[in-house]
Amino acid sequence: MNTPLLTRGAKSTRLFGLWLPLLVIILWTIFAIVGPFLPIAPDHINLTHILMPPGAQAILGADDLGRSLAARVLAGSQTSFIVACWVVMISSVMGTVIGTLGAYLGGKWDLVLIRIIDIFLAVPGILLAIALAGILGPGIENVVIALSIVGWVGYARLARSQVLSLKHREHVQAAIALGAGTRRIVFRHLIPLIMAPLIVEASFGVAGIVIAEAGLSFLGLGVQPPEASWGSMIRDGAQYLLVAPHMVIVPGVALMLVVLSINLLGDRLRDKLDVRRQPS
Amino acid sequence: MQRVISRLGSTAIVVFGVLCLVFFLIHLVPGDPVEVMLGESARPADRMALRESLGLDKPLPVQFGSYLSHVVHLDLGTSLRSKRPIIDILAERLPATLELAIAALVVAIGVAFPLGIIAAVRKDTAWDHSAMAVSLLGVSIPNFLMGPLLILFFSLWLGWFPVNGREGFGSLVLPAITLGTAMAAILSRMVRATLLEVLGEDYIRTARAKGLGPRAVIWRHALRNALLPVITLLGLQLGALLAGAVITEAVFSWPGIGQLIIEAIQSRDYPVVQACVLLISLSYVLVNTLTDLAYSWLDPRVRLGGSA
Repeated sequence: MNTPLLTRGAKSTRLFGLWLPLLVIILWTIFAIVGPFLPIAPDHINLTHILMPPGAQAILGADDLGRSLAARVLAGSQTSFIVACWVVMISSVMGTVIGTLGAYLGGKWDLVLIRIIDIFLAVPGILLAIALAGILGPGIENVVIALSIVGWVGYARLARSQVLSLKHREHVQAAIALGAGTRRIVFRHLIPLIMAPLIVEASFGVAGIVIAEAGLSFLGLGVQPPEASWGSMIRDGAQYLLVAPHMVIVPGVALMLVVLSINLLGDRLRDKLDVRRQPS
Repeated sequence: MQRVISRLGSTAIVVFGVLCLVFFLIHLVPGDPVEVMLGESARPADRMALRESLGLDKPLPVQFGSYLSHVVHLDLGTSLRSKRPIIDILAERLPATLELAIAALVVAIGVAFPLGIIAAVRKDTAWDHSAMAVSLLGVSIPNFLMGPLLILFFSLWLGWFPVNGREGFGSLVLPAITLGTAMAAILSRMVRATLLEVLGEDYIRTARAKGLGPRAVIWRHALRNALLPVITLLGLQLGALLAGAVITEAVFSWPGIGQLIIEAIQSRDYPVVQACVLLISLSYVLVNTLTDLAYSWLDPRVRLGGSA
């Protein structure tokens, strides 16, 4: 099932499959980190610029309150970056530890783990995230909490299936025979060996989280105004589609570039680390 | 038969788990749910009444027990806003969502199969590359962006379809394309991959060797066997489709379950939120169980209990 996202063959593959996506991701990261120190004012309202199309006075145009779209897209990149980093970090660590423990301890523990995973998988992820974010209330922390609660399951399932195939290896048996404790075996002998597929999963996970954060913000469940998110920018722009299509197109292009780039790089990474998607 | 029973058993456990999950949703409301739902200015008597009707004044196990018995009797409570039984509201909204989901499924299958088949049959040609590039674009464009862009081109500029609402066939086209795109993208990759796998099998070589034309090989021999994993994926993707419907419905003001859940969140009508999550999740579980059973029925290797 390992269809590469870009079929290779053409010389341009390296450019479009590696260098351009890498550039996009590096820019995204830089903007997210140095954004707060840049001399931009994403919340500055300039009434003479209302709905102004891209041009000399506003590079990417202005929104319905006359705020610079360029500044807001940069501020939005920060929102998506922060949420993506936190969610992937929390859910991958949580999922990996839980999945590894369940598979290693086996028996009752594993059975409980499978049941919990099954139940979480029975509720469509983004739906649960919408309900959680809606009930917890808006705000960036609650978005992170909601997406982490949904996100850990995938890592747990992957870690579990990997550990199940590893735990009877000699080095694990040797460690048990030498009297190593569960913690030592899990963290020193199991998790390091299952890192590769988990890293690939996490890299695709970032793309999913970026879309999910924008989706929640689109529904009004994410960051609150005046803070900028690509999702809420698209929602605001949707009301002015006919007069100011750039309000949707600018954040939309930013979002797509990042998601596309992460998917392409994740694909590269998967080939590089030679990870096969295992049925679990 | 054994397989069917054990499958139904694990479905029952999952259904119970989903009920637990949905039940606990309301306990995640920060602070006092009753206060959040009614607002701070509510009269104490009203609060007492709501607390009592939701059973929030009783111990947790009792609450859960009465929740279960209500759900079993199809009593999902009353909406705090419209004061109507939630089950009636769901029944009213469900047809719209079903219509949208089925239309999106038709779009997805209609796009994915030709795309996947062309890509597999003409592997490594320009056809393959462009089909896969289209599919890559499809996975990377979220439906809350796809929707407004389609509205811009086809409703505002070309004037072919209404901007939103649910009136007649025309209003269904854009939401269905929006919702179906992501699934079409994933499905076409799957069709390509499984078809390529099957085309490498011995019996395909045999079919070719006995002089069958390429069309007969693809339709009569390859596709039939490539279909099974694709059907499983369809079942799995249906969850994403139902969840995606929430956002798509919000984009197009489509009066279905998805729109209902957003309205309910905005008006803090949490019993309705719970009911919507429950309905969507249970239909997803149901479809998955059915796909699983259909799979074992369709595939003699599984049906006859071989080591498939």
